[in-house]
Amino acid sequence: MRFLLVEDNAQLAKAVSDRFALDGHAVDHAADLGDAQAFIETTDYELILLDIMLPDGDGRDFLRRHRTSEKRTPVIVMTARSQVSDRVSLLDLGADDYVTKPFDFSELEARCRAVLRRQGGVAHNKIEFAGVILDSLEGTLNTQIGAETLRNRELRLIEIFFAAPGQIFAKSHLMDRLFSFAEDVSENAIEVYVARLRKKLSGTDAKIETVRGLGYRLVDQS
Amino acid sequence: MTLRFVSGSMRGRLVIQLALIAALLSLVLFLVVRTVAERAAADTQDNILLASATSISDALYTERGAVRLELPYSALSMLGSISEDRVFYRVAVGGETLTGYDDLPLPVSNDANQFDTYRYKGETVRAVALKRNFSTGNHSRDVTIVVAQTRLGLAAISSRITNTAMAIGVIFFLLATGLSLWAAQSALAPLTRMAGAVTRRGPSDLRPVVGKTPAELAPLVEALNSFILRLKASLNRSEDFIAEAAHRVRTPLATVRTQAEVVHRSLNQSQNKTALREMIRAIDESSRSAGQLLDHAMVNFRTDQFETAQLDLVELVKETTDRLSPTAGLKDIGINVAHDIPEFPFSGDAILLQNALRNILDNAIKYSPADSIITVNMTSDPEYQIAVIDQGRGFQGGDAQSYLNRFSRGENVDDVVGSGLGLTIVQEVAVAHFGRVEIQNNQTGSGACVSFILPRG
Repeated sequence: MRFLLVEDNAQLAKAVSDRFALDGHAVDHAADLGDAQAFIETTDYELILLDIMLPDGDGRDFLRRHRTSEKRTPVIVMTARSQVSDRVSLLDLGADDYVTKPFDFSELEARCRAVLRRQGGVAHNKIEFAGVILDSLEGTLNTQIGAETLRNRELRLIEIFFAAPGQIFAKSHLMDRLFSFAEDVSENAIEVYVARLRKKLSGTDAKIETVRGLGYRLVDQS
Repeated sequence: MTLRFVSGSMRGRLVIQLALIAALLSLVLFLVVRTVAERAAADTQDNILLASATSISDALYTERGAVRLELPYSALSMLGSISEDRVFYRVAVGGETLTGYDDLPLPVSNDANQFDTYRYKGETVRAVALKRNFSTGNHSRDVTIVVAQTRLGLAAISSRITNTAMAIGVIFFLLATGLSLWAAQSALAPLTRMAGAVTRRGPSDLRPVVGKTPAELAPLVEALNSFILRLKASLNRSEDFIAEAAHRVRTPLATVRTQAEVVHRSLNQSQNKTALREMIRAIDESSRSAGQLLDHAMVNFRTDQFETAQLDLVELVKETTDRLSPTAGLKDIGINVAHDIPEFPFSGDAILLQNALRNILDNAIKYSPADSIITVNMTSDPEYQIAVIDQGRGFQGGDAQSYLNRFSRGENVDDVVGSGLGLTIVQEVAVAHFGRVEIQNNQTGSGACVSFILPRG
């Protein structure tokens, strides 16, 4: 996905861009409202991440202008202010959602996904592998046999495999991607989700293979 | 109602002062009336005495060189008309008593007619002495006519007058006191009106006091208005301060957390990963505490200047669960909302209520295991009850209700990030809406049940 990040704090912007890059998203960074305006006029973004307190104005003004223009790009506001005080004005101004700093990236991603799903109409992110089509926005797996609905963690796990078929992923890596830092789970927990995916992929050419001592990888059996 | 700072009463003071003045005036009035009336009565007696003496003098005549008197009955009877007083008289010609009481004193001076009061035969008498020069042919004789009367009648009249004067004084006093009560009341009416207007205001009504006030009250109103302005400014400052503090604390935390996540992802050694993981959890804990402290301050601020609006609790609950479903989804937790009637109309502060619900649901998500269901059960009879039921570990240790206290957490939560402020916020919001919070473990199976209860209607 292609994001526009409007954030005046350079360190935070760098960290957020790096973090999104890890998940394969492209991020353009605008340090103020002027830059942001220039960016959205030249490029189409799937999502805008907007800070509220900016050097050349209030992010809410940008939001208001953006909503009156033709563009329908969803906006998620990143606010540092109290959730109690800001909620109403932000959503009233047309923000699709908001996160409070500091944010959990998996949560932010989940929110982006939810916003994009609600938005509809945009080109879906569909990945095909071995005749299986993964619709990551709808959370469905379309095979020759039929459609399977994926739960949240199943979806996030299969996305990792579909993004890099054949690559071996260590259990610990998958753990990091699937579980939040707040959760204390053993590495065996990942086996439960792999087992579920295998069940949903059964009957297709796509298979999640165990590589003894190393981890798992996605292979085409045909 | 007794107020601690009340010292005396302006109305009381005013009434007492006015009553004292009225009492003084009543006394003066009493004395004046009595003096004037008694003088009038005494003058009347004097006039009758004089008339009597004159009529006696008119009855004098000379016969063969001697002064004679045919005492007219009317001269004495006119005196008797006043009262039952005894009457004495003496007519003396050149010092010799012609008729009457020999020992009735004759005046010393030579004035034509003189009045005098003295004791005679054991009683106080009022006397008039009339001197006439009578010509009896070749020489003239001095004739003195003395008429005296006891003062019993006058004393009776005087006592009647005193009573009347006293009655007039008392009536005047009562009338004046009543009027002063009314005057005090009406003089203080603007003050009462103003106090009423200020009391009737809502807690968030910080507009200055307007409307006509008497000149004497103007300084008070001015002081009150300037106080209101200062209070308003101070409240605004604290709201800004909370927002600013949040910004200052959260932005660097966001940077640190994000960088830590990036580094965590790129590390391969599990030892370092664990350390970094601990660090991220510590950041989460401090940011959550900071957030909740600020939320707590904001909730307090808002409950102080409580603003209510009509809202539907069902809609509010659905908005809140929608907002939290991505977070719940990360753990494959579903949130089901059930309600027994289509709408729960309620008058309250939507932001506060949503914050309370978010805190309850946040807790439920935090403590729920993966792949579980959180049920929000809304019932409307007899009160609005929003019960959030999870399938987590439930409350353990101590009195469940004590979690509503600040910084109080359960005994089984060491592994979960929390500040101990969430349920306190919930409780404060409930109380501000005249409701309450009940927390318990589920009767069936595991999990906690937090009920947010609000009065209906």
